[in-house]
Amino acid sequence: MPRYIGKEMSRVDGVAKVTGRAKYAAEFQVPNLAYGFIVLGTVARGTIKSIDTREAERAAGVVRVFTHLNAPKLGPKASTEYAPPRNTREQDKSFRALQSDRIYFNAQPVALVVAETYEQARYAARLVKVAYNAEKHETDTEAVRASARVPTQGQPPKTRGNPQEAMRSAPVKVEAEYRIPIEHHNPMEPHAAIAAWEGDRLTIFDKTQDVYGVRGHLATSFGVPEANVQVVSPYVGGAFGASLRPNYYPALTAMAARELKRPVKLVYTRTQMFTGHGYRPYTIQKIALGAEASGKLTSMIHTAVHNSSTIEEFNDNTTGFTRQVYACPNLYAPTMIVATDLPTPTWMRAPGAVSGMFALECAMDELAYALKIDPLELRLINYAEVDPESGRPFSSKALRECYRLGAEKFGWKGRKMEPRSMRDGRLLVGWGTATGIWGAFQRPASAKITFRLDGTAHVTSATSDIGPGTYTVMTMIAAEYLGNRPEQVKFELGDTNFPRAPSQGGSQTTSSVGSAVHGAALAITAKLLALANQDASSPLKGAAASDVEMLDGRLRLKSDTSKSVSIAEVMRRNNLAEVTETFESRPLPERQKYATMAHGAQFVEVKVDPDLGQVRVTRAIEVSACGKIINPKASHSQEIGGVVWGIGMALQEATEIDHRYGRIMNPNLQHYHVPVNADVHEVETMFVEEEDTIVNPLGVKGMGELGMVGIPAAIANAVFHATGRRVRDLPITPDKLL
Amino acid sequence: MNDDDFDDTPATELTADEEALLKEMPTLTDIGQARRTFMGQTIAGGLGAFALMLLEKESALAALKVSPDAVFAPAPALENPVRVVLKVNGAARTLVVDSRMVLLDALRERLELTGTKKGCDQGQCGACTVLVDGRRVLSCLTLAAQVEGREVTTVEGLAKGDELHPLQAAFIKYDGFQCGYCTPGQICSAVGLLEEARRGEVSHVTADVTAGSTRLSDDEIRERMSGNICRCGAYPKIVAAIQEVHSGKESARTWRFVEGEELARIRKEGASDETV
Amino acid sequence: MRPFKYVRASDASAAARAVAANPRAKFLAGGTNILDLMKEDVERPDELVDVSRLKLAEIKAAGGGVSIGALAKNTDTANHPLIRRNYPLLTQAIVAGASGQLRNMATNGGNLMQRTRCQYFYDTAMPCNKREPGTGCGALEGLNRIHAIFGWSEKCVATYPGDMANALYALDAVVRVRNASGRERTIPVVDFHRLPGDTPERDNNLQHGELITAIELPKSNFAKNSYYLKVRDRASYAFALVAVAAAVELEGGRIRQARVVLGGVAHKPWRSLEAESALVGKAASEEIFGRAAEAALREAKPLAHNAYKVELGKRAVVRALMRAARMA
Repeated sequence: MPRYIGKEMSRVDGVAKVTGRAKYAAEFQVPNLAYGFIVLGTVARGTIKSIDTREAERAAGVVRVFTHLNAPKLGPKASTEYAPPRNTREQDKSFRALQSDRIYFNAQPVALVVAETYEQARYAARLVKVAYNAEKHETDTEAVRASARVPTQGQPPKTRGNPQEAMRSAPVKVEAEYRIPIEHHNPMEPHAAIAAWEGDRLTIFDKTQDVYGVRGHLATSFGVPEANVQVVSPYVGGAFGASLRPNYYPALTAMAARELKRPVKLVYTRTQMFTGHGYRPYTIQKIALGAEASGKLTSMIHTAVHNSSTIEEFNDNTTGFTRQVYACPNLYAPTMIVATDLPTPTWMRAPGAVSGMFALECAMDELAYALKIDPLELRLINYAEVDPESGRPFSSKALRECYRLGAEKFGWKGRKMEPRSMRDGRLLVGWGTATGIWGAFQRPASAKITFRLDGTAHVTSATSDIGPGTYTVMTMIAAEYLGNRPEQVKFELGDTNFPRAPSQGGSQTTSSVGSAVHGAALAITAKLLALANQDASSPLKGAAASDVEMLDGRLRLKSDTSKSVSIAEVMRRNNLAEVTETFESRPLPERQKYATMAHGAQFVEVKVDPDLGQVRVTRAIEVSACGKIINPKASHSQEIGGVVWGIGMALQEATEIDHRYGRIMNPNLQHYHVPVNADVHEVETMFVEEEDTIVNPLGVKGMGELGMVGIPAAIANAVFHATGRRVRDLPITPDKLL
Repeated sequence: MNDDDFDDTPATELTADEEALLKEMPTLTDIGQARRTFMGQTIAGGLGAFALMLLEKESALAALKVSPDAVFAPAPALENPVRVVLKVNGAARTLVVDSRMVLLDALRERLELTGTKKGCDQGQCGACTVLVDGRRVLSCLTLAAQVEGREVTTVEGLAKGDELHPLQAAFIKYDGFQCGYCTPGQICSAVGLLEEARRGEVSHVTADVTAGSTRLSDDEIRERMSGNICRCGAYPKIVAAIQEVHSGKESARTWRFVEGEELARIRKEGASDETV
Repeated sequence: MRPFKYVRASDASAAARAVAANPRAKFLAGGTNILDLMKEDVERPDELVDVSRLKLAEIKAAGGGVSIGALAKNTDTANHPLIRRNYPLLTQAIVAGASGQLRNMATNGGNLMQRTRCQYFYDTAMPCNKREPGTGCGALEGLNRIHAIFGWSEKCVATYPGDMANALYALDAVVRVRNASGRERTIPVVDFHRLPGDTPERDNNLQHGELITAIELPKSNFAKNSYYLKVRDRASYAFALVAVAAAVELEGGRIRQARVVLGGVAHKPWRSLEAESALVGKAASEEIFGRAAEAALREAKPLAHNAYKVELGKRAVVRALMRAARMA
């Protein structure tokens, strides 16, 4: 029986966070610090004609004003980082600040003012005068939709069967278009860095989900060996994908610090965040579903078009999971992109999946109504027993159980199919459901454990904890397999001095880094066994490493726990104060024979004021099948977070662009609405654990994205059920329901 | 309105009539901050030391020498300096600040009190919430100069030594945060909210503002905490934490594993009947 | 934020004199709006006269009504027993706005002075006649979902964003102000804010250097039957798409007098005399409220993205009146 895994544990970093002692990037105290403030451009495309920094330079406290005219050129881009979530090597064509006079998007950085104080830098930034040669721009995805094309990177979309023919002959079909506006992550912590050089060695505190990625980026930018760059990021105040790539500011900060030969701090303003780190792209989706009268899908045609920048081809893979969620013999599901004069989009919580599934799961609801079949039953009818894309079996899939349990818990049987048929007084009540799906990803990761004579352990891995509870989960895994108590484990992350770990994205940290910690603990166990068995009288003679386990300071035989040795004695006998092992975990080769996915069923109740169009999500149930749950307390928090994000996407969030200027007009939290406390009501989670040793030895699949994937569709479907109105353009604000 | 004397007590004065009216309003009943509930939550040394490891990294940089050719501004003199004497977490502090410096930046950049967070710097997120003379306010929209003579309490000032404030303990107990960045603001806001509730103050969801109540429903807490955005979405757990400190009522767990017989039953039903 | 001189005023007259003497000086009270706008370089004072400690925070019974100090905090005003008991509409309006923290900071005078939340006003890279006269109105043919449907001009389509003032309009409040020479005058609140016309840079009819000292409410017969309704994009902490301050005085089921004020629809709170006259003398009913709502929105002139406000406004008026009359 596990002692910690699968049991609730409060966060080990809880005290640090509730007392204000947890240090985020901008909060490290560094002497002789200068403050940077970014100047943003005001046209969407063109070149900088002239830039006048004289007045800014004269302002009190200003140390220097950097522009493309005096900023040093950054080295070649050579990032070889793996880009989550789909294991493609990132071609780093990302935007870098102040490298030329070229303007690629509105609110692009055009200067950096560095001053002695923040107030001085902020003011002087207003004094920089820039003139532009503006060129005709295009920021409206709708306007350039006709130019959509398949991204040059990645594989061309495969056609399954004969979808056009099958669609033509389908007895029942639905066809519709869905739209998702640009959305921004808006983590509470603004992106920030403090950079300090000592000669050609750089230390940088950065808000990042990927310290090694930032290190590689900075090493090539400044032409120094990677070993000369230390990236430190112990706490990240939310990121949701906004800190997966290095963004432009760490290099900008380090550049200023290098030029001025003193530490520099740079913090994005909330407004600067809107063009400083990417966003969920504007996405238009056209879906046609064909089915037999029985409800069996015969054809799926799902085309997504989303915007990218003129600099890079970002591919959100919007339609990726359409290929794997339902059994259907005929399918065509390309994701296409168009170039716009906007910053490059990036991954944002449940990237691609939540967008694609919003459209697909709404279309499934529409099909259910066309067929007069219960929406949940329609999903069961089209249940994929094997991966429809590859034909491979699933390593595990308890989605059917999720559907049934959720329906039972929610009381789905009591749902009247007819829209506007359920009421609570004056309010219209609607129930909606949708399927959640995400890949069970794993990437190579390393962890190092030093186990000491006193039973304590120091565990390190250069992963990150943007909020899911990585500190706690890794502490639990280490304590579980080192046989000590969590208080005896100190786990550290977010530092390039620690063994390499992948970026924290794509819900793969526990599977990747957890496997590394697990492996390192087993390596410690093996080492101790070897040491123990140097003693001729060891009761563990002949035992293999896999036969023994550590517990409460003893190494013992699993099959006969009376056979054991004191670990401390073994170490003392060998004159060891500590033993250290580093382990690199890799995905198991067996995975190749299977499809490895996490699934969930999501049920939502909304109450809609029929007069005023206000929608409240009064109840949400998440039923998740995502392998083993290590810390249900934090996992539940992740699921709640997924619901809150789903509420935001479905009902509130939209980045608005005035296309005349190609400029984002709501780059702040007063106009870009995210859910507040009063928007969120009951959220319940049920975990259907799957025993799955194919995905990885810990049996974990990850669930940070999963909990969000179906929610926007479930809400939109519930709104339809409540009101009879099918809103296909998010967000569903009151004006759309009048 | 002709008495323009300098007023250091921001509270409004009441006439005898008003006092009488006020007495008719509901008053504090049996609400106490149940510190006892959380005794078991006082955190053991090993976990408390958790925050300290970061200081090593910081101290290494603190020793960083000034480069001989470091560039400084020609005359880094302060413009429009304002001398401010205030109390921060009980300690008297004197600062000379640029008139433009807001309390938030004074705490973070001058007093090394980085527990108070900058989320938007525009009064739109609540991350910078602190208590000034016991009331929750936004430090990003308060000039440092404005808190002359005031008493400022930040998240660093809530615990008594090693004993967490009941709200801090409750936030840990209910997992009322994930990334932790909005947390200090949430907790300071909750401290202020409980005082407001004790005084019988009303909110947007109070059914009858002429009556009011000192009892907070979950909906009351949701509304009153809506000035603190949590992008991780920990809201239900924040509400549970505050409710327990407010009323002593433990909130039900809202997650569970589906196991054993229940799972077997569902699987059996699934095999025999394809409809829901 | 530009460099500015910070001055702590010792009394109201000195404060008014200090501001009057410097065309680029401004009063600072709660700071919740002006400091934000200064950070954005929208407001550019070179001197701030801090009036927040002046003894102008008293709330007291006066002449059958109540006098509310200009520097009383929104929270203290909303919760004062006199206000809760006699002017619950004001309490409801105040607590519908902003957040607990902001209401603890914001003063009543400052609340009247708050500026529009138009996105073009906030972005100094964009044209805005209110911020920079002569540059044009970005919202007129731009994004105007949250903008005015009443009283706008080609120069400006911004709305007044506050909640408190909507209730003050319904309650016939009077704003008391003092100038540099110590002279006081009163302005009926309905005449306090301006429509944009050709001078959208002027939000209200205060002269430079005039300091609001109090807001006076006459005795009200609306305490039993009033309601503040706010429709917004999320459940809390957001500006109104449409708000309605509604009040009726009922006498045996008949409406003796009524107030209908819409918020979020114009450059100032929009009192609808048409709706009020459609109500007076009639028996309270959903039907008559509907007629009042039609009358209230009849003259609305929506822009490209805010036609919904006309229908929403009607429904909000009906709902607010129904709640005020305790019929819903």
